[in-house]
Amino acid sequence: MQIKAGTKLFSAVCDTQIMVLRVPKDDLDVTCGGLPMQTEEAAEKSLISDNAGEGSLVGKRYVDKAETMEFLCTRGGEGNISVNGVALEIKQAKRLPSSD
Amino acid sequence: MNIHLILQMAADSMPDREAVICGSQRLTYQDLSDAVNSLANKLEGAKKLAYLAETGTAAPVAMFAAALRGIPYVPINYRLAEDQITSLLERVSPALLISDDAPEVKGITKISQVQVFSHVTSWDGFAPDEEGNIAIELFTSGTTGDPKSAILRHDNLMAYILGTIEFMSAEQSQSTLVSVPPYHIAGISAILSSVYAGRRMVQLPNFSPEAWLKLAKQENVSQAFLVPTMLQRIIEYTTSNNETFDLPAMQAIAYGGGKMPHSVIEQAMTLMPHVNFTNAYGLTETSSTICLLDPDDHHDAIQSGDPAVRARLSSVGRPLPAVEVEIRDDDNVPCGAGEAGYVFVRGEQVSGEYHGSGSLLDENGWFPTRDRGYLDDAGYLFLDGRADDVIVRGGENISPGEIEDVLIEMSDIKDVAAVAVADDEWGEAVGVVIVPADMTTLPEIEAIKSHVKNQLRSSRVPTKVKFMEELPYNETGKLLRRVLRDVFST
Repeated sequence: MQIKAGTKLFSAVCDTQIMVLRVPKDDLDVTCGGLPMQTEEAAEKSLISDNAGEGSLVGKRYVDKAETMEFLCTRGGEGNISVNGVALEIKQAKRLPSSD
Repeated sequence: MNIHLILQMAADSMPDREAVICGSQRLTYQDLSDAVNSLANKLEGAKKLAYLAETGTAAPVAMFAAALRGIPYVPINYRLAEDQITSLLERVSPALLISDDAPEVKGITKISQVQVFSHVTSWDGFAPDEEGNIAIELFTSGTTGDPKSAILRHDNLMAYILGTIEFMSAEQSQSTLVSVPPYHIAGISAILSSVYAGRRMVQLPNFSPEAWLKLAKQENVSQAFLVPTMLQRIIEYTTSNNETFDLPAMQAIAYGGGKMPHSVIEQAMTLMPHVNFTNAYGLTETSSTICLLDPDDHHDAIQSGDPAVRARLSSVGRPLPAVEVEIRDDDNVPCGAGEAGYVFVRGEQVSGEYHGSGSLLDENGWFPTRDRGYLDDAGYLFLDGRADDVIVRGGENISPGEIEDVLIEMSDIKDVAAVAVADDEWGEAVGVVIVPADMTTLPEIEAIKSHVKNQLRSSRVPTKVKFMEELPYNETGKLLRRVLRDVFST
C-alpha cells in the first residue's frame, strides 16, 4: 500500500490507531496484530493472529531500525505494529524540560 | 495533522484527569472535549473564530473547536485601545468572535464566554486533515510598527509538540500556572503542551505577584512559565515584604519572551534553590520555543569558575533537537563561533509567514528572525537585541545591549535603554534613557559618559541622556523602543 504523511491507519484486530509522520516512497505493508491496517475503522474486528509482544502504546512514536519511517500511535491496542513483516520499535527521544 | 488530535488523545487516554482550572471552573479532559464538540456545532458557517477576552477556560475550548472545524483561531489582545481593537477586528472579519464587550464591527458576530459553554448537540464530524491548513493567526506585538498577522499552520504546531513533549509524560499531581495572556504565543503553546503532557493548567487571568504566589500555593502548582518582568516582580514583592518563597510543590520555572537580567536569574536561583530554571527562546513565527537553556546549564554556569561557562547564564541556550540555528553577517555569509550577526532558524515548526507579505523563508527554508546574536564555541546562542534596534553611527553598527549592560552596573541606575538618536555629523548616535535608583538625586551625566567611554569606547558614549521614572514596557515585558525614539525626536 502507498501511504503518505498525515494518513490515519486503523487496526483490523484491536483498538490501535496510528498516524503516519514520515515514510519512504515505497509500497509498505503495514500490519497490526498480523493483519493489514486499514484507512477506515472496521465495524467488526478480526481475531488477532500475532499476539507476541506488548501491543501498541498511545503517544509513542514507532520507527524502523534505520529510522526511515515514523508513526505516532494515537490510540493503543493489543496488536503489535509491523512493516513488511518486521516489528517497529518505540522511538527513544531525549526528554526536554518543560518550556511553556 | 490537525492539532485537535492532541485533545482527542488526551480525552481518550485520561478522560477523568483535570485539564484546566480557572477560578471556580474545573474541567477534566472529557469535559474539555465535550465543550469543544458543543462549541464546534455553533461554528457552522464561520470563516474564523476570534477570541477577545482575558485568559479563561473558554480559550482552550475555542482553540480546539476552531481546529475541529478546520477554521483559524485568532486570539486578540484585549488590552489594546478600542480603535486598535476595531482595526484588528476589521482585518479578521468575517468571523465569529468570543467576547463580552467588543466594539461593533461589520462582519463580526459575537458570542459571550458563557455562550461558549451553553450546551447544544455535539458536532459529529471529524477534524479535517488537509496539508497546509491554518490553525492559528496571531498578531505580533508591533513594538516597531503595525501588528503583523503571523500564520501558524497545524503542521508547524504539531511538529513543535511532537518534537518537544512526550505524550502523558506529566505526573497526575503536576500542574502548571499559566499567567501569560491568551493572545501571546506562550499562551498558545502552554495549552498545546499541557494537554499533550497531561499536565493540569491553572489559569491566572490578571497577573500580580501576590495573586501568582497565592494561587501557586493554593493549587500546589509544580510548574510555571513567566516573562522576565513577572519573575522580577515576584522577587521584589517577596524580598520587600521580608517573606521567603513558601512553594514546596514548585519544581520548575521556565522563562522567556524578553531579556532576563543576569542579576534577576541569579537572585531567583538563590531564593528558590529547589526550583529548576529553564530559559526558553522563541518567536511567534517559530511556534514558540526554538532554544533552551536547561536546568543543568543554569547550575553549571552559576558554579563554574570558567568565565565562558559562567556567561552562559546570559545566553538562551542551545537549539532544540529538530531546530537549526545559523548566524549570518550583513552579506548573508555564515559567521564563525563568537562572531555576531543576524539569527536565522530552520525547522518544521518554523512558519515565518504573514498575511499580506507571504513567507519570509529563503529557498533553503531559513527564517530571518531579525534578532541579532552569536553562537559560542559550544553552540550556546547569545542574543544581542533586534536588528531594527541597532544604532548605525557613521556606518558602524552599535548594539543597544552593550551600552545598557555597562550602564546597569552603575549603582545609581535602576533601569536603562539605549536608542538611536538623529545626529548631524554621524547620521545616528547613541541616546540613553535612564531610570535612576533615586529620582531626587540624578546620576551625573558626565559620570555616565565617562563610564561608557572607559568600559567600551568613545563611539558608544551617549550624546543625549534623559531621565524617566520608568521605561515603557508592554504587558509581556517587551521594551517599547519606538516610544523612546519618539521621546528624543520631540
